[in-house]
Amino acid sequence: MSDLFSLTVLLGILGTGIRLATPYLYAAIGETFSQRSGVLNLGVEGIMLMGALSGFYMGVTTGNLWIGLLAAAFVGLLMGLMMAFVSVTLQATQGISGIGLHLFGLGLSTLLFKTMLQGRVESISGFQPIRIPLLADIPYLGEVLFNHNIMVYFAFLLVPVANFVLNKTTFGLSVRAVGQNPESADSLGVNVNLVRYTTVSIGGILAGIAGASLSLALINLFQENMTSGIGFIAVALVYFGGWRPWGVLAGALLFSMVNALQLWIQVLGIQIPSDIAVMMPYILTILALAFAVNRTRAPAALTKAFNRGEN
Amino acid sequence: MKTKVFQVGVLFLLLAFFVSACAPAATPAPQEPAPQEPAPQEPAPAEPLKVAVIMPSSITDYAFSQSFYEGLKIVQEEMGGEGNMEIAFSEGMFNVPDAAAAIRDYAATGYDIVFAHGSQYGTSLAQIAPDFPETAFAWGTSLDTFQAQGVTNVHAYQAEAQEGGFVMGVIAALMSESGVLGIAGPVEAGDAKLYVDGFAHGAKYARPDVTVNITYTGSFSDVSLMAAAANTHISAGADMLTGSSQSVVGAIGVAKDNGAYWFGTQWDQSPIAPETVVASQIFDWTGIIKDIIDSASKGVLGGKAYTLTFKNEGLVLKYNDAVPVPDEIKAAAADAIQGIMDGEIDPLPY
Repeated sequence: MSDLFSLTVLLGILGTGIRLATPYLYAAIGETFSQRSGVLNLGVEGIMLMGALSGFYMGVTTGNLWIGLLAAAFVGLLMGLMMAFVSVTLQATQGISGIGLHLFGLGLSTLLFKTMLQGRVESISGFQPIRIPLLADIPYLGEVLFNHNIMVYFAFLLVPVANFVLNKTTFGLSVRAVGQNPESADSLGVNVNLVRYTTVSIGGILAGIAGASLSLALINLFQENMTSGIGFIAVALVYFGGWRPWGVLAGALLFSMVNALQLWIQVLGIQIPSDIAVMMPYILTILALAFAVNRTRAPAALTKAFNRGEN
Repeated sequence: MKTKVFQVGVLFLLLAFFVSACAPAATPAPQEPAPQEPAPQEPAPAEPLKVAVIMPSSITDYAFSQSFYEGLKIVQEEMGGEGNMEIAFSEGMFNVPDAAAAIRDYAATGYDIVFAHGSQYGTSLAQIAPDFPETAFAWGTSLDTFQAQGVTNVHAYQAEAQEGGFVMGVIAALMSESGVLGIAGPVEAGDAKLYVDGFAHGAKYARPDVTVNITYTGSFSDVSLMAAAANTHISAGADMLTGSSQSVVGAIGVAKDNGAYWFGTQWDQSPIAPETVVASQIFDWTGIIKDIIDSASKGVLGGKAYTLTFKNEGLVLKYNDAVPVPDEIKAAAADAIQGIMDGEIDPLPY
């Protein structure tokens, strides 16, 4: 009975882990862009909530999930621009304005949920699983890896795309330069503020989509404060991943797999108090952060506002 | 420059606080004075009874908070509407210091009875109640009225959630084809733990060979992890699922997508997934609310510990007619309820 290493369990962990990792991937990859350019956006959680709500609302009212997704991305963009305005143009302390943005998103999404949806929890028929022919026929693994909804595939495809954009394009070079040394970038003709506006907006759009991945694809409903901490873990995953998309992927998968593992440990009746089991993913993340993060360096200008006139 | 930057940040933070503060607390719906009905049957008292309730989640959570709010509405109806009984509520008060402030505000602004509907509010209530000796307070789920601490104006109430859990465990075990049941609990404590343990015992009582798998997510609100827990139960072969707290909406969706059945508790959860929910244990608080109002009118403001049971009709088993349950299984459930009421069955034997 309590055989943790049976095929069912291992495949189960993999499948659940992949689904759990999806919102973290969108949010953390978006945050990677933002932080690589030097802006720490702690408001991801609030943007996710607004994305989840607006995506769900538009999905329900129009009956078209793609319009919902678009709405979530648009609302994410608006909130990203808000963060950029406050932290880049007004040069407010990033930590404080990010927490402000989170509370703003939490409050506003709850308020709109009460008014626009009358606070009723109702489910929607979300994005359905798409079986990828041939690949899904691979014994055992095929079903677990290649039978997910489109939002899951997009999340994983986002990793190589983000990696390419950051490391192989001129835009990516500007982003890294601005995050490392905005003064030099500026002297070389890079528009520091424009780059930061762009990255924080990308972060906002992806955080909005992260929220919609919950309300339109994975859980298919909206409830107040439904993200319950995912956005903050996503910020931690950026540090964990050393500000690199592949590192973020590794972190998101590790965290989600351990979460899936602890659920299986409970299902199998292995005698560990549930409180300890629930803590496992967090403890592991803290340990990994403590040991791994020293090997990579944060963008030198992270959290530092750029002021052309003063330099 | 520096100070200005800081001011902007603080201003933004304050704006956010403002929005977030006014949203979930949904200020006690200003009760509009009821239009004067011509000739009410009973002469309305000059001053309506003023009742306030503070709840951790929303009044539409299909669970703990909704059950209490609906109970209050029924009592209000029976008392003759808003003219005779005013209800103010603060929902979404997951933050205890905020809830404590709300309790104090309601008492200070002349509410006759204040319900602190959450076990996390107890410690605060014990400190607040002595400051308002004219106000009746009640809280749950707990049986501690703080009399040992010299507090005289606090009632306590608790749902014997294990009773309905036991009965639904019986139904689930007998309905299951795979012989595997999954329970997705939130935090291993209080009302949730009573329910989960009762369900597990009921299942084993009806069918000793059944496998009951139990998980806890460690959160009352983590919908995503609750959905993952339900997925895990289904991968482990479960075809009957249950769980407790407002986060179960995530798990109900998973049950629906996978053709599994769901058993609800605290409130009727069938509207979320009409083809999926077999039955729900409903908490009917009206009896307790009425007794507390009655006691207050006689000057008894605290000291009573109430329980919701099948016997006092505080617990109700409600089937969802859209999901057929065989008659012999319904009979077994009725027997279990009778056994619990007669004291022949102990839903929590160890």
